[in-house]
Amino acid sequence: MENVKHPLSKYLREDRMPHMWCPGCGIGTAMNAFMHALEKSGLEKNDIAVVSGIGCTGRVAGYVDLDSFHTTHGRAIPFAEGLKATKPDTKVIVISGDGDLMSIGGNHFIHAGRKNMDLTVICVNNLNYAMTGGQVSATTPVRSITATAPHGSFTTPFSLPFLAEASGAVYVARWTVFHIRELQKAMLEAINKKGFSFVEVISPCPTLYERRNKMGDGLARMKFYKENSIVKNGADTKETNIEINKPFVVGKFIDIEGKPTYLESMNKYYDETFQCQLGYKTYKGTRYSCNISDGGVSEGCMDD
Amino acid sequence: MSAKGKVNFMVERCKGCGFCIEFCPVKVLEFSKDYNMKGYHFPVAAHSEKCIGCNMCGMYCPDFAIWGEKNK
Repeated sequence: MENVKHPLSKYLREDRMPHMWCPGCGIGTAMNAFMHALEKSGLEKNDIAVVSGIGCTGRVAGYVDLDSFHTTHGRAIPFAEGLKATKPDTKVIVISGDGDLMSIGGNHFIHAGRKNMDLTVICVNNLNYAMTGGQVSATTPVRSITATAPHGSFTTPFSLPFLAEASGAVYVARWTVFHIRELQKAMLEAINKKGFSFVEVISPCPTLYERRNKMGDGLARMKFYKENSIVKNGADTKETNIEINKPFVVGKFIDIEGKPTYLESMNKYYDETFQCQLGYKTYKGTRYSCNISDGGVSEGCMDD
Repeated sequence: MSAKGKVNFMVERCKGCGFCIEFCPVKVLEFSKDYNMKGYHFPVAAHSEKCIGCNMCGMYCPDFAIWGEKNK
Protein backbone atom coordinates (compact mmCIF):
# COMPACT_ATOMS: atom_id res chain seq x y z
CA MET A 1 0.00 0.00 0.00
CA GLU A 2 2.88 2.36 0.70
CA ASN A 3 3.86 2.67 -2.94
CA VAL A 4 0.49 4.26 -3.78
CA LYS A 5 0.77 7.96 -4.61
CA HIS A 6 -1.35 10.55 -2.92
CA PRO A 7 -3.56 12.40 -5.42
CA LEU A 8 -2.06 15.73 -4.37
CA SER A 9 1.52 14.48 -4.51
CA LYS A 10 2.26 16.67 -7.52
CA TYR A 11 2.01 19.72 -5.25
CA LEU A 12 3.76 18.10 -2.32
CA ARG A 13 7.44 17.61 -1.54
CA GLU A 14 6.98 14.00 -0.59
CA ASP A 15 10.52 13.63 0.68
CA ARG A 16 9.81 16.15 3.45
CA MET A 17 6.76 14.27 4.72
CA PRO A 18 5.65 13.71 7.41
CA HIS A 19 5.61 17.39 8.24
CA MET A 20 6.45 18.99 11.59
CA TRP A 21 2.95 20.14 12.58
CA CYS A 22 1.49 18.63 15.73
CA PRO A 23 -1.27 16.01 15.73
CA GLY A 24 -4.56 17.89 15.65
CA CYS A 25 -3.08 21.05 14.15
CA GLY A 26 -5.16 22.59 11.39
CA ILE A 27 -2.34 23.98 9.26
CA GLY A 28 -2.01 20.70 7.39
CA THR A 29 -5.71 20.78 6.62
CA ALA A 30 -5.39 24.38 5.43
CA MET A 31 -2.50 23.35 3.16
CA ASN A 32 -4.57 20.43 1.94
CA ALA A 33 -7.43 22.80 1.10
CA PHE A 34 -4.99 25.11 -0.65
CA MET A 35 -3.74 22.26 -2.80
CA HIS A 36 -7.28 21.23 -3.69
CA ALA A 37 -7.94 24.85 -4.68
CA LEU A 38 -4.81 24.89 -6.84
CA GLU A 39 -5.92 21.68 -8.51
CA LYS A 40 -9.32 23.19 -9.30
CA SER A 41 -7.83 26.46 -10.51
CA GLY A 42 -6.10 24.68 -13.39
CA LEU A 43 -3.02 26.88 -13.07
CA GLU A 44 0.33 25.58 -14.29
CA LYS A 45 2.79 24.83 -11.52
CA ASN A 46 5.31 27.23 -13.03
CA ASP A 47 2.85 30.12 -12.81
CA ILE A 48 2.43 29.92 -9.05
CA ALA A 49 4.75 31.16 -6.34
CA VAL A 50 4.15 30.61 -2.64
CA VAL A 51 5.71 33.00 -0.13
CA SER A 52 5.78 32.34 3.61
CA GLY A 53 7.26 34.07 6.57
CA ILE A 54 8.44 32.53 9.81
CA GLY A 55 6.27 30.47 12.09
CA CYS A 56 4.41 27.20 12.07
CA THR A 57 2.43 28.23 9.00
CA GLY A 58 5.59 29.65 7.49
CA ARG A 59 6.74 26.10 6.96
CA VAL A 60 4.15 25.69 4.18
CA ALA A 61 6.65 27.09 1.69
CA GLY A 62 8.94 24.19 2.43
CA TYR A 63 6.32 21.53 1.86
CA VAL A 64 4.77 22.68 -1.43
CA ASP A 65 6.49 21.57 -4.60
CA LEU A 66 6.09 24.96 -6.26
CA ASP A 67 8.30 28.01 -6.55
CA SER A 68 8.39 28.95 -2.92
CA PHE A 69 10.06 31.49 -0.76
CA HIS A 70 10.67 31.21 2.98
CA THR A 71 11.31 34.79 4.00
CA THR A 72 12.28 36.69 7.12
CA HIS A 73 9.87 37.15 9.98
CA GLY A 74 6.89 39.32 9.10
CA ARG A 75 8.24 40.22 5.68
CA ALA A 76 6.40 37.70 3.53
CA ILE A 77 4.29 40.41 1.89
CA PRO A 78 7.19 42.71 0.92
CA PHE A 79 9.02 39.78 -0.66
CA ALA A 80 5.82 38.82 -2.47
CA GLU A 81 5.34 42.39 -3.68
CA GLY A 82 8.82 42.38 -5.14
CA LEU A 83 8.20 39.06 -6.81
CA LYS A 84 4.92 40.29 -8.25
CA ALA A 85 6.50 43.51 -9.51
CA THR A 86 9.23 41.57 -11.26
CA LYS A 87 7.02 38.88 -12.74
CA PRO A 88 3.46 40.25 -12.91
CA ASP A 89 2.18 37.15 -14.69
CA THR A 90 2.96 34.92 -11.72
CA LYS A 91 0.23 34.16 -9.21
CA VAL A 92 1.87 35.10 -5.96
CA ILE A 93 0.26 33.55 -2.92
CA VAL A 94 1.32 34.45 0.60
CA ILE A 95 0.57 31.76 3.19
CA SER A 96 1.61 32.61 6.68
CA GLY A 97 0.40 32.75 10.22
CA ASP A 98 -1.24 35.44 12.28
CA GLY A 99 1.90 36.16 14.26
CA ASP A 100 3.90 36.65 11.10
CA LEU A 101 1.43 38.53 8.90
CA MET A 102 -0.53 40.53 11.44
CA SER A 103 1.73 41.06 14.43
CA ILE A 104 5.27 41.37 13.15
CA GLY A 105 4.27 42.24 9.60
CA GLY A 106 1.02 44.05 10.25
CA ASN A 107 2.26 47.25 8.69
CA HIS A 108 3.17 45.49 5.46
CA PHE A 109 -0.24 43.89 5.36
CA ILE A 110 -2.19 47.13 5.62
CA HIS A 111 0.00 48.86 3.05
CA ALA A 112 -0.25 46.01 0.57
CA GLY A 113 -4.01 46.34 0.98
CA ARG A 114 -3.89 50.09 0.57
CA LYS A 115 -1.89 49.80 -2.65
CA ASN A 116 -4.06 46.90 -3.81
CA MET A 117 -1.09 44.74 -4.70
CA ASP A 118 -2.23 41.80 -6.79
CA LEU A 119 -1.56 39.19 -4.12
CA THR A 120 -3.50 36.40 -2.47
CA VAL A 121 -2.92 36.36 1.26
CA ILE A 122 -3.94 33.27 3.22
CA CYS A 123 -3.52 33.79 6.94
CA VAL A 124 -3.79 30.74 9.13
CA ASN A 125 -4.90 32.13 12.45
CA ASN A 126 -4.18 29.88 15.42
CA LEU A 127 -4.59 32.75 17.90
CA ASN A 128 -1.02 32.82 19.23
CA TYR A 129 2.66 32.63 18.29
CA ALA A 130 2.81 28.88 18.14
CA MET A 131 6.35 28.13 17.02
CA THR A 132 8.02 30.16 19.74
CA GLY A 133 6.02 28.65 22.57
CA GLY A 134 2.61 30.27 22.55
CA GLN A 135 2.96 33.97 23.29
CA VAL A 136 0.27 36.63 22.91
CA SER A 137 -0.11 37.66 19.28
CA ALA A 138 -2.19 40.39 17.68
CA THR A 139 -5.16 38.05 17.41
CA THR A 140 -5.17 36.40 20.84
CA PRO A 141 -8.64 36.85 22.37
CA VAL A 142 -9.02 38.63 25.69
CA ARG A 143 -8.72 36.30 28.74
CA SER A 144 -6.70 33.67 26.85
CA ILE A 145 -3.90 32.16 28.86
CA THR A 146 -0.60 32.14 26.99
CA ALA A 147 3.10 31.95 27.79
CA THR A 148 3.39 35.72 28.16
CA ALA A 149 -0.01 36.14 29.80
CA PRO A 150 -0.28 33.49 32.52
CA HIS A 151 -3.28 35.22 34.07
CA GLY A 152 -4.97 35.93 30.76
CA SER A 153 -4.42 38.32 27.90
CA PHE A 154 -6.02 41.73 28.32
CA THR A 155 -5.23 43.51 25.06
CA THR A 156 -7.88 43.91 22.38
CA PRO A 157 -7.10 41.64 19.42
CA PHE A 158 -7.35 42.51 15.76
CA SER A 159 -10.36 41.34 13.87
CA LEU A 160 -8.60 40.33 10.67
CA PRO A 161 -11.52 40.65 8.21
CA PHE A 162 -12.23 44.12 9.56
CA LEU A 163 -8.57 45.06 9.25
CA ALA A 164 -8.39 43.71 5.71
CA GLU A 165 -11.50 45.53 4.62
CA ALA A 166 -10.32 48.78 6.17
CA SER A 167 -6.99 48.38 4.40
CA GLY A 168 -8.70 48.06 1.05
CA ALA A 169 -8.78 44.36 0.22
CA VAL A 170 -11.06 43.39 -2.66
CA TYR A 171 -11.82 39.91 -1.34
CA VAL A 172 -12.17 39.03 2.33
CA ALA A 173 -13.33 35.69 3.67
CA ARG A 174 -12.96 33.84 6.92
CA TRP A 175 -13.48 30.13 7.41
CA THR A 176 -12.32 27.60 9.94
CA VAL A 177 -10.56 24.40 8.98
CA PHE A 178 -13.81 22.64 9.79
CA HIS A 179 -15.53 24.37 6.81
CA ILE A 180 -13.39 22.48 4.38
CA ARG A 181 -15.40 22.87 1.17
CA GLU A 182 -16.11 26.55 1.78
CA LEU A 183 -12.44 27.04 2.52
CA GLN A 184 -11.40 25.42 -0.75
CA LYS A 185 -13.90 27.55 -2.63
CA ALA A 186 -12.76 30.73 -0.89
CA MET A 187 -9.12 29.96 -1.65
CA LEU A 188 -9.98 29.28 -5.29
CA GLU A 189 -11.91 32.55 -5.54
CA ALA A 190 -9.09 34.43 -3.85
CA ILE A 191 -6.51 32.93 -6.21
CA ASN A 192 -8.60 33.88 -9.24
CA LYS A 193 -9.31 37.36 -7.91
CA LYS A 194 -7.37 40.28 -9.31
CA GLY A 195 -6.18 42.52 -6.52
CA PHE A 196 -5.46 42.08 -2.85
CA SER A 197 -7.49 39.09 -1.70
CA PHE A 198 -7.46 37.83 1.84
CA VAL A 199 -8.61 34.56 3.38
CA GLU A 200 -8.41 34.00 7.11
CA VAL A 201 -8.31 30.36 8.18
CA ILE A 202 -9.03 29.73 11.83
CA SER A 203 -7.08 26.72 12.95
CA PRO A 204 -6.68 24.75 16.18
CA CYS A 205 -3.40 24.91 18.07
CA PRO A 206 -3.75 21.90 20.38
CA THR A 207 -0.26 21.92 21.82
CA LEU A 208 -0.17 25.50 23.07
CA TYR A 209 -3.31 27.60 22.86
CA GLU A 210 -5.82 24.87 23.58
CA ARG A 211 -3.77 23.04 26.16
CA ARG A 212 -3.23 26.20 28.20
CA ASN A 213 -6.86 27.25 27.87
CA LYS A 214 -8.20 23.75 28.58
CA MET A 215 -10.06 23.44 25.32
CA GLY A 216 -9.20 19.82 24.57
CA ASP A 217 -7.36 18.50 21.55
CA GLY A 218 -7.59 19.45 17.91
CA LEU A 219 -10.63 17.31 17.31
CA ALA A 220 -12.49 18.89 20.25
CA ARG A 221 -11.71 22.27 18.77
CA MET A 222 -13.03 21.17 15.38
CA LYS A 223 -16.28 20.17 17.06
CA PHE A 224 -16.33 23.57 18.76
CA TYR A 225 -16.00 25.22 15.34
CA LYS A 226 -18.80 23.06 14.02
CA GLU A 227 -21.16 24.14 16.80
CA ASN A 228 -20.05 27.73 17.36
CA SER A 229 -19.37 29.23 13.96
CA ILE A 230 -22.12 31.37 12.53
CA VAL A 231 -22.07 31.42 8.74
CA LYS A 232 -22.97 34.91 7.61
CA ASN A 233 -21.93 35.69 4.06
CA GLY A 234 -21.80 39.38 3.37
CA ALA A 235 -21.83 40.26 7.05
CA ASP A 236 -20.48 43.57 8.29
CA THR A 237 -16.86 42.93 9.21
CA LYS A 238 -17.33 44.93 12.43
CA GLU A 239 -19.16 41.88 13.76
CA THR A 240 -16.26 39.52 13.21
CA ASN A 241 -14.31 39.87 16.44
CA ILE A 242 -13.39 36.63 18.19
CA GLU A 243 -13.98 36.16 21.90
CA ILE A 244 -12.76 33.22 23.88
CA ASN A 245 -15.22 30.31 23.97
CA LYS A 246 -17.93 32.33 22.25
CA PRO A 247 -19.53 31.84 18.82
CA PHE A 248 -17.95 33.81 15.99
CA VAL A 249 -18.91 34.82 12.47
CA VAL A 250 -17.46 33.13 9.40
CA GLY A 251 -18.23 33.66 5.75
CA LYS A 252 -17.33 35.63 2.67
CA PHE A 253 -17.53 39.27 3.61
CA ILE A 254 -16.14 41.35 0.77
CA ASP A 255 -15.99 40.69 -2.97
CA ILE A 256 -15.41 43.85 -5.02
CA GLU A 257 -14.80 43.98 -8.75
CA GLY A 258 -12.96 46.53 -10.80
CA LYS A 259 -10.56 48.17 -8.35
CA PRO A 260 -7.28 48.89 -10.17
CA THR A 261 -4.24 47.07 -8.87
CA TYR A 262 -0.94 48.71 -8.02
CA LEU A 263 0.65 48.08 -11.43
CA GLU A 264 -2.47 49.14 -13.31
CA SER A 265 -2.69 52.38 -11.35
CA MET A 266 1.00 53.02 -11.87
CA ASN A 267 0.86 52.49 -15.62
CA LYS A 268 -2.29 54.55 -16.01
CA TYR A 269 -0.94 57.42 -13.94
CA TYR A 270 2.42 57.57 -15.71
CA ASP A 271 0.80 57.25 -19.14
CA GLU A 272 -1.42 60.23 -18.35
CA THR A 273 1.24 62.28 -16.58
CA PHE A 274 4.08 61.96 -19.03
CA GLN A 275 1.93 61.90 -22.16
CA CYS A 276 4.68 60.38 -24.25
CA GLN A 277 7.11 63.18 -23.44
CA LEU A 278 9.53 60.94 -21.65
CA GLY A 279 8.78 57.88 -23.70
CA TYR A 280 7.21 56.00 -20.82
CA LYS A 281 6.49 52.44 -21.79
CA THR A 282 3.85 50.39 -20.03
CA TYR A 283 5.60 48.33 -17.38
CA LYS A 284 5.01 44.63 -17.74
CA GLY A 285 7.69 43.20 -15.54
CA THR A 286 11.42 43.08 -15.85
CA ARG A 287 11.60 39.85 -17.77
CA TYR A 288 10.21 41.65 -20.80
CA SER A 289 12.83 44.36 -20.72
CA CYS A 290 15.17 42.46 -23.03
CA ASN A 291 12.45 42.24 -25.69
CA ILE A 292 11.68 45.94 -25.97
CA SER A 293 13.80 46.26 -29.08
CA ASP A 294 11.45 43.78 -30.80
CA GLY A 295 8.72 46.38 -30.59
CA GLY A 296 6.12 43.75 -29.91
CA VAL A 297 5.80 44.10 -26.20
CA SER A 298 5.53 47.75 -25.29
CA GLU A 299 2.14 49.31 -25.53
CA GLY A 300 0.64 52.72 -24.91
CA CYS A 301 3.19 55.46 -24.90
CA MET A 302 5.32 54.67 -27.92
CA ASP A 303 6.83 57.67 -29.62
CA ASP A 304 6.09 56.76 -33.22
CA MET B 1 -24.06 -4.59 -2.81
CA SER B 2 -20.50 -3.56 -3.48
CA ALA B 3 -19.03 -0.36 -2.04
CA LYS B 4 -19.18 2.79 -4.12
CA GLY B 5 -15.77 3.95 -3.03
CA LYS B 6 -12.51 2.97 -1.50
CA VAL B 7 -10.23 4.50 1.13
CA ASN B 8 -6.48 4.51 0.68
CA PHE B 9 -4.01 4.89 3.52
CA MET B 10 -0.38 5.80 4.02
CA VAL B 11 -0.31 4.81 7.67
CA GLU B 12 3.25 5.85 8.38
CA ARG B 13 2.31 9.50 7.84
CA CYS B 14 -0.66 9.37 10.22
CA LYS B 15 -0.49 11.25 13.52
CA GLY B 16 -3.79 9.99 14.85
CA CYS B 17 -5.67 13.29 15.02
CA GLY B 18 -8.97 11.56 14.28
CA PHE B 19 -10.34 14.17 11.87
CA CYS B 20 -11.10 11.57 9.21
CA ILE B 21 -12.88 9.28 11.66
CA GLU B 22 -14.99 12.11 13.06
CA PHE B 23 -15.94 13.74 9.79
CA CYS B 24 -16.52 10.69 7.58
CA PRO B 25 -20.20 11.19 6.66
CA VAL B 26 -20.96 7.44 6.58
CA LYS B 27 -18.64 6.40 9.44
CA VAL B 28 -16.43 4.01 7.55
CA LEU B 29 -13.32 4.54 9.64
CA GLU B 30 -12.21 3.49 13.08
CA PHE B 31 -8.94 3.70 15.01
CA SER B 32 -6.85 0.59 14.64
CA LYS B 33 -5.61 -1.42 17.59
CA ASP B 34 -2.12 -1.37 16.04
CA TYR B 35 0.43 1.40 16.10
CA ASN B 36 2.42 2.82 13.25
CA MET B 37 6.16 3.38 13.49
CA LYS B 38 5.73 6.70 15.31
CA GLY B 39 3.39 5.17 17.87
CA TYR B 40 0.05 6.52 16.72
CA HIS B 41 -3.16 4.59 16.21
CA PHE B 42 -3.99 5.04 12.55
CA PRO B 43 -7.46 4.71 11.00
CA VAL B 44 -8.68 1.55 9.32
CA ALA B 45 -11.66 1.07 7.05
CA ALA B 46 -13.70 -1.00 9.50
CA HIS B 47 -16.88 -0.66 7.45
CA SER B 48 -15.43 -0.41 3.98
CA GLU B 49 -18.68 -1.58 2.41
CA LYS B 50 -20.28 1.74 3.41
CA CYS B 51 -17.71 3.95 1.66
CA ILE B 52 -19.13 6.30 -0.95
CA GLY B 53 -15.79 7.67 -2.14
CA CYS B 54 -16.56 11.29 -1.21
CA ASN B 55 -12.93 11.99 -0.26
CA MET B 56 -13.99 13.93 2.84
CA CYS B 57 -11.26 12.08 4.79
CA GLY B 58 -8.73 13.17 2.17
CA MET B 59 -9.83 16.81 2.41
CA TYR B 60 -9.57 16.91 6.19
CA CYS B 61 -6.37 14.94 6.60
CA PRO B 62 -3.61 17.34 7.74
CA ASP B 63 -0.94 14.75 7.04
CA PHE B 64 -1.86 13.66 3.51
CA ALA B 65 -2.14 10.12 4.85
CA ILE B 66 -5.62 9.12 3.68
CA TRP B 67 -7.79 9.71 0.66
CA GLY B 68 -10.93 8.28 -0.81
CA GLU B 69 -11.78 7.56 -4.40
CA LYS B 70 -14.87 6.41 -6.20
CA ASN B 71 -14.90 2.91 -7.60
CA LYS B 72 -15.11 2.95 -11.36
